[in-house]
Amino acid sequence: MSELGGIVALSLAVSLSAVLLATLLGLPLGAAIAVGRFPGRRALIVLLNALMGLPPVVVGLLVYLLLSRAGPLGELGLLFTPPAMVIAQTFLVLPIIAALCRQSVEDAWVEYEEQLRSLGAHGLRAALTLVWDIRFSLVTTVLAGLGRALAEVGAVIIVGGNIDGVTRVMTTTIALETSKGDLPLALSLGFVLIALVIALNAAAHLIKEAAQRRYG
Amino acid sequence: MSGAHGILPLTLREVRYMAGGRNIIDGISSEIAAGPTTIILGANGAGKSVLMRLMHGLLRPTSGEIAWHGQGAERVRRAQAMVFQRPVMLRRSALANILYALELARVPAAGREAQAMDALREVGLAEVAQRPARVLSGGEQQRLALARAWALHPEVLFLDEPTANLDPGATREIENVIKAFDASGTKIVMSTHNLGQARRLGDEVLFIHQGRLVERASVDAFFRQPTSTEAAAFVKGELPWV
Repeated sequence: MSELGGIVALSLAVSLSAVLLATLLGLPLGAAIAVGRFPGRRALIVLLNALMGLPPVVVGLLVYLLLSRAGPLGELGLLFTPPAMVIAQTFLVLPIIAALCRQSVEDAWVEYEEQLRSLGAHGLRAALTLVWDIRFSLVTTVLAGLGRALAEVGAVIIVGGNIDGVTRVMTTTIALETSKGDLPLALSLGFVLIALVIALNAAAHLIKEAAQRRYG
Repeated sequence: MSGAHGILPLTLREVRYMAGGRNIIDGISSEIAAGPTTIILGANGAGKSVLMRLMHGLLRPTSGEIAWHGQGAERVRRAQAMVFQRPVMLRRSALANILYALELARVPAAGREAQAMDALREVGLAEVAQRPARVLSGGEQQRLALARAWALHPEVLFLDEPTANLDPGATREIENVIKAFDASGTKIVMSTHNLGQARRLGDEVLFIHQGRLVERASVDAFFRQPTSTEAAAFVKGELPWV
């Protein structure tokens, strides 16, 4: 059972790290695209929205090529380690957070634009003000990314290798146990995963509600 | 605050603003000078709000020229403030909303809090300084918007129908703050379709009809005997409120 605990803990550590990185990168990126006016902006928005549907196995393959011994970052020796899994999931989650944030900030900009411009806020300053002001609705954006990270199996299995005790997470364990025919174990792990996702979402929702009541 | 080194007068030359294939502002020329409170009066859809946004620099005229007296776009921008029909408050405390505006105006950090609290006291909101701005009532939020403008010590204050969404009590409070603003030497330019308010607060009237400046007169003269038929109809309440 402690082995199972390790698997759950690694799943959470990898996916939460990836979501944290993707949030730090994705929110400013999405906000900048929302507020900025530059050539190719519409194409970038379409691309970003399309990237939300990136197949995890493809991301896994690309990160694998990047980190493999012959690849450009092969010297780091990251392949088949948890950091490699974090990198792959970050790429997977980043477009989701950036694209959803872009939409939210753009909607808010309609309401705030005149006031902020009147006060003299422009560009990045205005973008960051908006991100902070709609922080409660962005919780949902981050949760969408977290759901994606916790649920995917294709990317982590390729760059992690599903090594017992090292890179084995919940989804890869479920895939393995299913193929070995241990359906009860696979199923119970599946329930643990679902329960975890619900618990995280419930906690985030409660925090968001309390904060919204307070700040309006 | 006005005077020899101010940004007034504001000069409009043949200002035109087109949107959706029609002239919202149709060739307005005028001069807004320091001193009297200027009321931009007209029916809904006459172009009052667009005219104010053009003056404040939120919109660019399609043709024509809007010129302030005084050098430098940044100086001109910082010498004015605008309060909108619906106040937009950030999700932070009332005080923090004013501090944010002061920070953008590059007021040194050391003086910001005192300056913000002065402004809150001026509009009677000192007690709710720490309350989140978005949970204040509509009237309180509009007073907070006025305090935010007050803290910036603008030379010119634009007010776009500031009481259109408020009940009579809140409207009276807002009007008192506007009078205090005026008494402190700030030039007020306010749009309204409320005749009573125009009379209570205004010194001169610019009457706008279908994007044109139809009549300009002192408040007394305008209400005693409007010279244009459109203004006469509006004063008598005969003009359709599109």
